[in-house]
Amino acid sequence: MLQAAAFYILAGTAVISAFMVVAARNPVRAVLFLILTFFSAAGLFVMLGAEFLAMLLVIVYVGAVAVLFLFVVMMLDVDFAALKEGFLSYLPLGGAVALALVGILSLTGISWVVSDTAGAALQTPVPPDMSNAEALGSILYDRYVFFFQLAGLVLLVAMIGAIVLTLRHREGVRRQNIARQVQRRREEGVELVEVKSGEGIG
Amino acid sequence: MTGPALLADLSLIIPELILAVGAMGLLLAGVFIKGEETAARLVSLAAMALLILAAGVAVFLAPQGGGTAFFGAFVLDSFSLYAKAVVYLAAAIALVLAGHYLRTERLARFEFPVLILLATLGMSVMVSAGDLIALYLGLELQSLALYILAAFNRDSLRASEAGLKYFVLGALSSGLLLYGASLVYGFAGSTEFGAIALAAENPSVGLVFGLVFVVSGLAFKISAAPFHMWTPDVYEGAPTPVAAFFATAPKLAAMVLLIRVLMEPFGAMADQWQQITIILAILSMGIGALGALLQTNIKRLMAYSSIGNMGYALVGLSAASEAAVWAVLLYMTLYVIGVAGAFGVILSMRRAEGMVERIEDLAGLSKSRPGLALAFTGLLLSIGGMPFLVGFFGKLFVFYAAVQAGLVWLAVIGGLFSAISIAYYLMILKRVWFDEPTGGEFINPPASVAIITRVTGIATVGLLLLVPFMLTRVIEAGSAIGG
Repeated sequence: MLQAAAFYILAGTAVISAFMVVAARNPVRAVLFLILTFFSAAGLFVMLGAEFLAMLLVIVYVGAVAVLFLFVVMMLDVDFAALKEGFLSYLPLGGAVALALVGILSLTGISWVVSDTAGAALQTPVPPDMSNAEALGSILYDRYVFFFQLAGLVLLVAMIGAIVLTLRHREGVRRQNIARQVQRRREEGVELVEVKSGEGIG
Repeated sequence: MTGPALLADLSLIIPELILAVGAMGLLLAGVFIKGEETAARLVSLAAMALLILAAGVAVFLAPQGGGTAFFGAFVLDSFSLYAKAVVYLAAAIALVLAGHYLRTERLARFEFPVLILLATLGMSVMVSAGDLIALYLGLELQSLALYILAAFNRDSLRASEAGLKYFVLGALSSGLLLYGASLVYGFAGSTEFGAIALAAENPSVGLVFGLVFVVSGLAFKISAAPFHMWTPDVYEGAPTPVAAFFATAPKLAAMVLLIRVLMEPFGAMADQWQQITIILAILSMGIGALGALLQTNIKRLMAYSSIGNMGYALVGLSAASEAAVWAVLLYMTLYVIGVAGAFGVILSMRRAEGMVERIEDLAGLSKSRPGLALAFTGLLLSIGGMPFLVGFFGKLFVFYAAVQAGLVWLAVIGGLFSAISIAYYLMILKRVWFDEPTGGEFINPPASVAIITRVTGIATVGLLLLVPFMLTRVIEAGSAIGG
């Protein structure tokens, strides 16, 4: 009973906020609704017993991707009114794509239900005495440690590349020097001036 | 996997560990060394030392009989060891060629040798891949570093264009490869080469589809036609030493990977993939030979030459036999030596006002620099496979493997295109030897470049004495794969 209630609340929030992402006029609100969608989806994952996936969704999608979207929306001057202008003319094509997607998903779902062998594949191989984060970790850092480290190196190369291709050391830029800031004494920064009334300090 | 098991696996990847740890250490060192040029010079020297050290470990300290590590993801056999040693040395040569060029073009930054090291690490994983995931990660580690190197001269519009073009098309080819890999995984039930080989004995249609996509993705990396479009633009736009690197180590590594993928997991499906490699071979030889005839830029010409040469290597691979494996390995080794030297000559084409790279700028080279002209002649004719130079034996054995497998007609077509390709090498050499000099003389090349051109130039003749030795090495290496 409690589970069913939680499911309907989370699923309802997910559907409504997903709709609001598209419908919201203000792009910042749209991104915030997107974050709400991610949170409710994470809740659904927890209910399915996939708490690792839920953590991943919150950390990666909410923590990084959505915040990045927020930055893009707020930093770049994108004219969203102009972007939405052709909404009606694109509606048939968009609808067709959406229909095709629904068709594919339901086809997969139906064949899953109908199939005789799908049940065997459904059995979760997670050992009962482990949480699934632990189970994933014990395979990722053990059997697949070579791939894991290689993937890390690929990311390192990506980072070096971003820096090599874009970072320019400009002359005459004032940088923060924390050690100097901390060492600064009162006498260097503050001066007590006797100001005569009506004359100013100019 | 803990303690002793992990140590046993790590002992097989010592060259890779040297490169990975070295690259990260040099990245740190480069930040702390004062002065950009000093940092670049020191890091570059250290990177060369690391590459030679890794090659030494691969040649002299490899465990007897090899073995596999990380549940079959990493294969160490005589085949991969041979490829590794050549790749490491080719990368070291690229660093030697690059030093002076980068300093004079104001590109000397310590990230350059670090990226070369990381790309070499990727190639090293590629040639040892025993699993589709290792294959993809190695390939991507290599490619990503190469995209950055192509655009390394970020203030040049052409270099940026080259980097972007390479990146976009490379991402497309990685997509093809991954799609194929997912099909193979789906229909074979495993990403491991051994398990795929079992499934390939009774191949399903899905596995054939996967094979086609995987081969297409790999064909892009060796720039075999019709996946060659990026090559001329990237070679022309990228800094010349980077183009020299592109033409040598990555080509060999990708070809070795292609050999392993086709001969090991898909060995039982040779009938299927032979058709693909034959088409790739004919198209590459044709486009390489005919495209090169029209070029005026020497770097673009080298790009078409490399497309054509991949075609000849694929002729050998189409034989799908043990002879095919060692013949292609020998061919690629000799090709790498020739191309490294030829790019050394291109890097010597510097006048007082800067680098030149048109073919007509070579006019009268024999009068101003007879030594360089002689070396260039030997190198170009060796790449072209002229008899009595060492490159001839590469082509000879490749065609021999094809004839032995009953592909006489393919060898004949290869011979015809080979004759056409000799024509454009001779067109360059006519300018070098018989045309009157135009423009100013070339200034003295730096000692590092001069040594490479001289040594490789002499090697085109001198290696003739070593052909029997090289044959025993490649046959030993090839026996690890076998048909």
